[in-house]
Amino acid sequence: MEEISDVQNLEIAGEGKQYIVVRLGTEQYGIDIKYVDNIVRNQRITRVPKAQHYFKGVINLRGEIIPVMSLRLKFGLKPDEYTNATRIIIIKLEQQSAIGIIVDEVKEVVTLTGNSIDKANTSDPSDPLIQYLSGVGKHGNGLISLLNISAVIVGRESKDVV
Amino acid sequence: MDVSQYLEIFIDETKEHLQTLSDQLMILEQEPENMDTINEIFRAAHSLKGMAGTMGYKRMQRLTHDMENVFQEVRSGNMTVKSELVDVLFRGLDALEGYLANILETADEGTEDNEEIVNTLNSIAAAATGKEDPVAAAKPAEKAAGGGEAPEGGAKYAGIHISDYEKNTFDKAKAQGQNIFGVTVYLQESCILKAARAFLVFKALEELGEVIKAVPDVQDIEDEKFEMDFSLIYFTKESLETVKAAVENVSEVKEAIVGPFDAVLDASGAEAPQPAPGPVQEEPKEQEKPKEPAQPVQAKTAEKPAEAAQPAQAKKAAAKPAVGRTVRVDIEKLDVLMNLVSELIIAKNGLVSINSTEEDTKSDAAFNEQIEYLESVTTSLHESVMKVRMVPIENVVNRFPRMIRDLSKKLNKKMELHMTGEETELDRTVIDEIGDPLQHLLRNSADHGLEDNEERIALGKEEIGNIYLDAYQDGNNVNIEVRDDGAGINVENVRNKAIEKGTITAEQAENMSDKEIIDLLFRPSFSTAEKITDVSGRGVGLDVVKTKIEGLGGNIECKSVMGEGSSFIIRLPLTLAIIQALMVELGPEKYAIPLGSIETIEDVLVSDIKYVQTKEVINLRGTVIPLIRLDQILDIEASSNEVESLTVVIVKKSNKLAGLVVDNLIGQQEIVIKSIGSYINCSKMIGGATILGDGEIALILEVNALV
Repeated sequence: MEEISDVQNLEIAGEGKQYIVVRLGTEQYGIDIKYVDNIVRNQRITRVPKAQHYFKGVINLRGEIIPVMSLRLKFGLKPDEYTNATRIIIIKLEQQSAIGIIVDEVKEVVTLTGNSIDKANTSDPSDPLIQYLSGVGKHGNGLISLLNISAVIVGRESKDVV
Repeated sequence: MDVSQYLEIFIDETKEHLQTLSDQLMILEQEPENMDTINEIFRAAHSLKGMAGTMGYKRMQRLTHDMENVFQEVRSGNMTVKSELVDVLFRGLDALEGYLANILETADEGTEDNEEIVNTLNSIAAAATGKEDPVAAAKPAEKAAGGGEAPEGGAKYAGIHISDYEKNTFDKAKAQGQNIFGVTVYLQESCILKAARAFLVFKALEELGEVIKAVPDVQDIEDEKFEMDFSLIYFTKESLETVKAAVENVSEVKEAIVGPFDAVLDASGAEAPQPAPGPVQEEPKEQEKPKEPAQPVQAKTAEKPAEAAQPAQAKKAAAKPAVGRTVRVDIEKLDVLMNLVSELIIAKNGLVSINSTEEDTKSDAAFNEQIEYLESVTTSLHESVMKVRMVPIENVVNRFPRMIRDLSKKLNKKMELHMTGEETELDRTVIDEIGDPLQHLLRNSADHGLEDNEERIALGKEEIGNIYLDAYQDGNNVNIEVRDDGAGINVENVRNKAIEKGTITAEQAENMSDKEIIDLLFRPSFSTAEKITDVSGRGVGLDVVKTKIEGLGGNIECKSVMGEGSSFIIRLPLTLAIIQALMVELGPEKYAIPLGSIETIEDVLVSDIKYVQTKEVINLRGTVIPLIRLDQILDIEASSNEVESLTVVIVKKSNKLAGLVVDNLIGQQEIVIKSIGSYINCSKMIGGATILGDGEIALILEVNALV
């Protein structure tokens, strides 16, 4: 019975959102699927001198030149270690301007409803990462930090985190 | 009758006609008796009027009509061309350009009536013909003539039969406070496109209200199945005069008879069609005092549509411009393209056939041959496509003579603009952008560069100041030079001002050459300070000019000699998208250096490197050239092994040389420039990126930022 009412809630509220769940280190992050244009395997990245340090460079995606950012460096984590699971997620916030972000692994696509999302609520409000999060989703046993993707792309870097 | 498909043609042709008018007016001012010019002007004005009318741009039509009237008087010799007349006509042209700009944005001419210009024109025309009343002349002549000949009791709408169902709508409309009018429109006997005129009448009416019924019916009117008149019933909140004026504003309408339909409604209820007394009485009233209705009615028409148009316009303005950007292409250029494409197909077929032949001994040579063929075809194809995008610079500069004329009057200085190389072609995107910077430089020259006439005479210069605009091709660049023979830039004043403003320190100023001082004028900090304008006579918005030019991939420099004048030289790349570049290797990375900025490539022995102020320089055939270690600037890990000689690419920015140290040369290549997006903060040294044959990315070095 409960399950049914959940589904009904979802339909009535219409606020079920799909997220792509990615892994960075041990944490899971969710990216709103409507911004995701493509997911590609790691490929040769051409360094761009004097760029922000978290920009690894540019890649050639079918004739388009796309800047690639390292989420790890942006979040102040350890530098990326490229493995077979490393992926570049191509995000399109607006037409004509794509950007790639490097993640350790792409896990799955989940649908989260409004009531399974909590406000990002860290114990320390000065945590610089908080600006990049739009909330925390509960899925199964795990928690997914939902990324505020435009803040991630446009926002300032968090220097102080180690 | 949708005319929107003709909008682009209309815009193109209107531009051409306006340009002709402007050019010819300039000539006319010099040679007031030149009959050819007058005829040319008359033709252009007439075509313009016809086109505006066909497209339903009534304000534009009215203005051109009145201008044409004036030209008519000039042509028939009733009037001589005076400077004031030309001034008014130029103002008329400006107003027309305003309409055109509106049409370009929103497909609508806007709501500016330019009443003042119209009235001035009319009083000029009236003065010439001896008419006393300028306002009466405001009504186009044909309409005035039509009024007198109106058939008595021509209110045919009175005979329109009304069904019971329609009566209901009448009642409803009345309840809503709408006026119900009957309208009978008489077209001129000479009217050829009756249906078109009828369409324009309907269009005009529908702006103000609602046409309920027409006799003959709308379909028949569209098919031109009617004599010289048609009648309709019309709901509107506007006044009778407004409706009448709206209809009569359509050209070739001889007369519109408008009257309230209420009385007729009652009468037709009794099935007894009889001419309504209203309109017949209306007619003579109007003839008694033609002045009165003309003025307020015009004012009203100006007001009402303005209100109605406002929200619609706002909506449209937010959207994209109504008209796409187009290029008119010479058919020959297209033929060349077509030929090249067929050659491309032949080349492809050649490759296919080689592939299918089994013998491998000969095929290698044949294969290479085909590749070479393919290469030459694609190169020509590229060139031709580029040519299609090329537009002569004339399209931008032809408005400048007019501008200088106006400036000359405004500043009360005599000056002349000399232009050469108008036929020099530039990429369409550049042409669109270059107008404003050039205008700015010309204004600067006229305003600040040239001295007053008295001063010039005192200095022993010829009285009339000269401004030159020269365009010419120079290798892969197009140069545009704006020059004047005025006072030149007072370097000392600029120097002092710069120190005063804290832009540079006094010591810095000591060491700076005159040229470097002049370059300060392009700094943003110098742009807005009005004091600087007074002292140095330069500097308003030059930084904006510079930014714009650099945005187009070009650069600008200034030369000035005190007392002899100054010149601004703009250098622009011929094309933007595809360039020839030298590919070089730096450590593991590849970079492209645009060929246009490369002078030579030299091998330099490490032992030949000298130091000047701890900076590395080389002495190349007598010139001292600073070395730039690209690997250091670009943070590339330097190769550790010691080398005896360096490969140095000598690049040039205007007349400054610099040597770029690279590891290896790969070769010359044609590259397509791509943007690397706005998210990544790339330094100015990187002008973009390109994709190499193997899919790898090479960054393009911006030499201008390096040197």
